[in-house]
Amino acid sequence: MTNSNFSRRNFLGLAAGAAGAAALAACGSSGPSNKGGSTGGGGGGSASYWSLSGPPGQAIRQATIDRFNAANPSTKIAPNFFANDDYKQKIKTAIGADQAPTMIWGWGGGGLKSYVDGGQVVDLTDWFGQNAAVKEKILPSSFGAATVGGKIYAMPIETVQPIVLFYNKKVFDQVGAQPPQSWGDMMALVPKFKAKNIAPFSLAGQSRWTNMMWLEFLLDRTAGSEVFNNVFAGKAGSWSDPAVLDMLTKIQELVKAGGFEKGFSSVVADQNADQALLYTGKAAMMVHGSWSYGIQKEQGGKFVSSGGLGWMNFPPVEGGKGDPTNTVGNPGQYLSISSKASAAQQDIAKKFFSTTLVDDQEKAGWVKSGGVPVLTNSDSLFTGDDAQFLKDMSAIASKAKVFAQSWDQALSPTAADTLLDNIAKLFQLQISPQQWVDNMNGVIGK
Amino acid sequence: MTTLAPPAVRVKEPTAAGRGRSGSVAWMALPALLMFIAFGVVPLLGVLGLSFTTWDGLGTIHVTGLTSWKAELKDPELPHSLWVTFKIMILSWLVQTPISILIGVFLASFKRYRGLLAVLYFIPLLLSSVAISITYKALLDPNFGLGTGLGIGFLNQDWLGSSTLAIWVLVFVVSWQYIPFHSLIYQGAVRQIPTSMLEAAQIDGAGRMRQFFSITLPQIKYTIITSSTLMVVGSLTFFDLIYVLTAGGPGDSTRALALEMYRKGFMANLMGPASAIAVILVLVGLLLAQLLRRLGGRGDESQLEGA
Repeated sequence: MTNSNFSRRNFLGLAAGAAGAAALAACGSSGPSNKGGSTGGGGGGSASYWSLSGPPGQAIRQATIDRFNAANPSTKIAPNFFANDDYKQKIKTAIGADQAPTMIWGWGGGGLKSYVDGGQVVDLTDWFGQNAAVKEKILPSSFGAATVGGKIYAMPIETVQPIVLFYNKKVFDQVGAQPPQSWGDMMALVPKFKAKNIAPFSLAGQSRWTNMMWLEFLLDRTAGSEVFNNVFAGKAGSWSDPAVLDMLTKIQELVKAGGFEKGFSSVVADQNADQALLYTGKAAMMVHGSWSYGIQKEQGGKFVSSGGLGWMNFPPVEGGKGDPTNTVGNPGQYLSISSKASAAQQDIAKKFFSTTLVDDQEKAGWVKSGGVPVLTNSDSLFTGDDAQFLKDMSAIASKAKVFAQSWDQALSPTAADTLLDNIAKLFQLQISPQQWVDNMNGVIGK
Repeated sequence: MTTLAPPAVRVKEPTAAGRGRSGSVAWMALPALLMFIAFGVVPLLGVLGLSFTTWDGLGTIHVTGLTSWKAELKDPELPHSLWVTFKIMILSWLVQTPISILIGVFLASFKRYRGLLAVLYFIPLLLSSVAISITYKALLDPNFGLGTGLGIGFLNQDWLGSSTLAIWVLVFVVSWQYIPFHSLIYQGAVRQIPTSMLEAAQIDGAGRMRQFFSITLPQIKYTIITSSTLMVVGSLTFFDLIYVLTAGGPGDSTRALALEMYRKGFMANLMGPASAIAVILVLVGLLLAQLLRRLGGRGDESQLEGA
């Protein structure tokens, strides 16, 4: 054993390594999370704001913050933007480590409830009581997902996003087919498109919530909104409703018939590959959130402006009990205030809520991107190229008997993860409908 | 035991005949030890502690004894993800080891064109796993990938969407990334084989194959064990690559233990069971490393035995 001839060089190397590691560790903690906790110093301090990156939302969010910062030079807001799936993890970690940004962007529902249970967000009920003028500017239906136990913990912002069935009109013309009016039509269209080497439906299966949108509609169309309401209320065995087995069988039939594009289970929605399939004509139809309109308009060249994109509410299922006007999706996006933020930061956030977030430019910005704002009296702004889409979305949102929140947003993160996991396996044909029901019954109320 | 000289003097000696001095220079390992304790041992104890609690990552931590362990050990996803982990480990070992040895032996001879090739072979190691994964994901996209781009229909397989293909794609990408590294280790090992042994074998009339199997392979035995330990223990912690390429999918076909841990902890907010998986991961890693060390023998026999 002669390992002990340490030389100075060894030692220096070791020391340098340690210093390097320390520097690396320092880098690790000086990421965006630090900005969350810091108060900027000087003047009135600054508040932080985290949200999603990518078109078209990021530019509008940035513009909103720029407007606020220009009007309030001493109390600025510092934004940070993250991709959808990254954001969900990052915000959770930051909140758990008491490093949350002043303003927490989210989808309301079950996720918001977990923040409330942890005492991480500020109760805004009284604030909305005192600022009734602000509350009146927002669609009442948007407050549902912001409310936990009768109290409001978030401000509805941005857009109402129903999920719709998009279709490529050019591909339909090419094949000589008509947009589907029922589930039977949808199944009948599958072989027609497959014969022409076009995927009937585009689906970003790796993202999982994309698959979930199909089940949300199928369940609602077959059994109405009651089944999921029971699940949401935590009633034991709620998934055992025969309608659930029926719709799960239907979706597996569609998968087996080759209804989705080849390799759909490795396609990711964050990269917009599913939407690219639709606007490049490689797929004929796609169930997606209304936000996809803005993405296709921006990335699809002349596809949207030349009238290539069609849209409709999800068609009814033969013999189903559900109201075909019902829709699912996001009744709004939500901004909460971290309870760990300083009083000064909370004041900045509240000022932001009551001024810039409800001004006319905010409304116009979202309308321009192809979205229906959560702010009231937007209809007069629906002009120009996107007028028809906006009117239709607004009509779907306002005429819906039930505007259900997406399942994964409504449930607790634990139950939502089991749900998404089982949905992915269902679409992969790894589990049978009955196994799906059994697995999901196991996490009701958790 | 010569412990008289002050450390400063001893450090200046470039080649201290250190026998017996290891005790007094042990303090030099202190910085490394401190880093290891701060960033290795302390978090490990923290995770061990967390595995006996129930915590959603947001609220307060409740100590609940064995609840998390019981829940985790009953979960069918645990044996499944262990199986996936071992499958990736074994397959990538089987693919990487022979290729690495062959490339290592090939590069070991001092010829200029081989030096150039060595530089080229080394390139994959310079890229980060995430960059490699994103690139492969784009290349293997069934609709917009390499097959469509080049117009070769055969390449348009459902690479990452089919349960059986996806795991082979993972093994391929892992091997593509790490074979250069292991080749480098083998290259060094082969170069250390005394030329006298090979010359003796040549005189005895051994051909190239015979030399390879009777001299080269036995001589790099310890290197094989080192490299295998790195592969085996490394493949336990594959996360970034799988996460970006398949996110554990399709379904749960490529959900290795590290991904299952992440899913439990950060997606389902079940920090207790996630910590239990982390402990299992550490135990499996230690066990495998020990096992491989045993395979290497006691380490006091001469490498030149019989030479």
